[in-house]
Amino acid sequence: MQELKCVVNGKNVAIMIDPSHSLADVIRYDLGLTGTKKGCEEGECGACTVLVNGLPVDSCIVPAMKANGKNILTIEGLEQNGELDPIQEAFMEAGAIQCGFCTPGVVLSAKALLMREENPTKEDIRDELSGHFCRCTGYLQFYDAVKLASEKIKSRKNKEKK
Amino acid sequence: MKKVEKHLFPKNVKEAVELLAEYKGEARIVSGATDLMLWIRDGKVSPSVLVDVSDLPEMRFVSVSDGKMSIGSAMTHAEIAAHPDVKRIFPALSDGCRSVGSPQIRNIATLAGNIVSAQPAADSVVPMTALGAQCELAGPDGTYMRPLCELSKKVGESYVDPTKEIITRIEIKIPSGKYGTAFKRIAPREAMALPVVNAAVMLEAEDDGTIKAARIVASPVAVVPFRAKNAEAHLIGKKASPKLFAEAAEAAGAEASPRDSLVRGSGEYRKVLVKDLVEQALIQAASLFA
Repeated sequence: MQELKCVVNGKNVAIMIDPSHSLADVIRYDLGLTGTKKGCEEGECGACTVLVNGLPVDSCIVPAMKANGKNILTIEGLEQNGELDPIQEAFMEAGAIQCGFCTPGVVLSAKALLMREENPTKEDIRDELSGHFCRCTGYLQFYDAVKLASEKIKSRKNKEKK
Repeated sequence: MKKVEKHLFPKNVKEAVELLAEYKGEARIVSGATDLMLWIRDGKVSPSVLVDVSDLPEMRFVSVSDGKMSIGSAMTHAEIAAHPDVKRIFPALSDGCRSVGSPQIRNIATLAGNIVSAQPAADSVVPMTALGAQCELAGPDGTYMRPLCELSKKVGESYVDPTKEIITRIEIKIPSGKYGTAFKRIAPREAMALPVVNAAVMLEAEDDGTIKAARIVASPVAVVPFRAKNAEAHLIGKKASPKLFAEAAEAAGAEASPRDSLVRGSGEYRKVLVKDLVEQALIQAASLFA
């Protein structure tokens, strides 16, 4: 067992973990944050995507100890004061969720993209989401959702300015 | 089954090499871990200690000086793909790095990892081979340089022993005269798909466009990245032209002998792809100095 110290969804975490475990397993079983899904468990499907220091990674193939000293964002960390993140709202409104299994990962990749690029092009969205499998939506709704989210984020910012 | 008991974070390369020696083969270097985690799960390797070098400042840089580019080997594929100096000086390398896996893989998988994993069609190793990259290794006997093309042993195995030594740096000479590089790839889809064929070239030319040096690499055509030496020889001393590139590409297709693969396609089909991709790559590389 080894001590893992990191920040998860804005909170300091210090726990003893098995260093042979993946980050996905520690997030799900040690921290109880089951919003992170395990699909293929070989870094192909993207369901387990979380952000490490703002960058999307497949947590199923990341050794958990690699999170040491890092800032981890999972799907549970997106809501603020009981309100959904604009990206989550946009995914609901655009019909970009069906069974929901791939959704947490896709939303987090969208989050990383929108943190870096306020007005992503269709190509930017395609590239950023290219590491996700979705067997329900047909992917097109993802474009709509990310575009809509980008509008929502901008209008929220404008409101805050006023 | 043995499993990982410790994941260690040395402060520098020296300490990392010492840790490997201390654990006598039980410890293994880890960087992005995107391949290693799968190998451990499949029981292909079973280190009890991981020595993590992914955050070592000594291995995290890109510098350009004295006519060469030096790249810390823990740089990720995403970082190299987006790096302005790499894009400008060696577009073949940034394009190759952009083709690896998915964004989630590229954000963590490193160049050194791609070399040590030794897949013959590794999308960053193929262009680095065409660029004539040299690798710096640190081990129990100190540091030394080896040409990248001498590090591949066979499919999935390199001459670098990750229980003893570390690739710390990759060095690529920047030609002083006219030159161009290009990378081409064909795969069933753009993300998360291994290449059916990929190809990378580097051309150096005299001021009048006469080719004076050429490296042409295509994969996966053999167990290690394949140099199309007949095609290279055909170019030397001749003026760059679409006809010349078509002839060289023909030669590359002829000397490549990809095998039939259920995953990648028939050998015959892939031979034609080698020809086509090499031709496209030569034209693109030459357009950079025309």
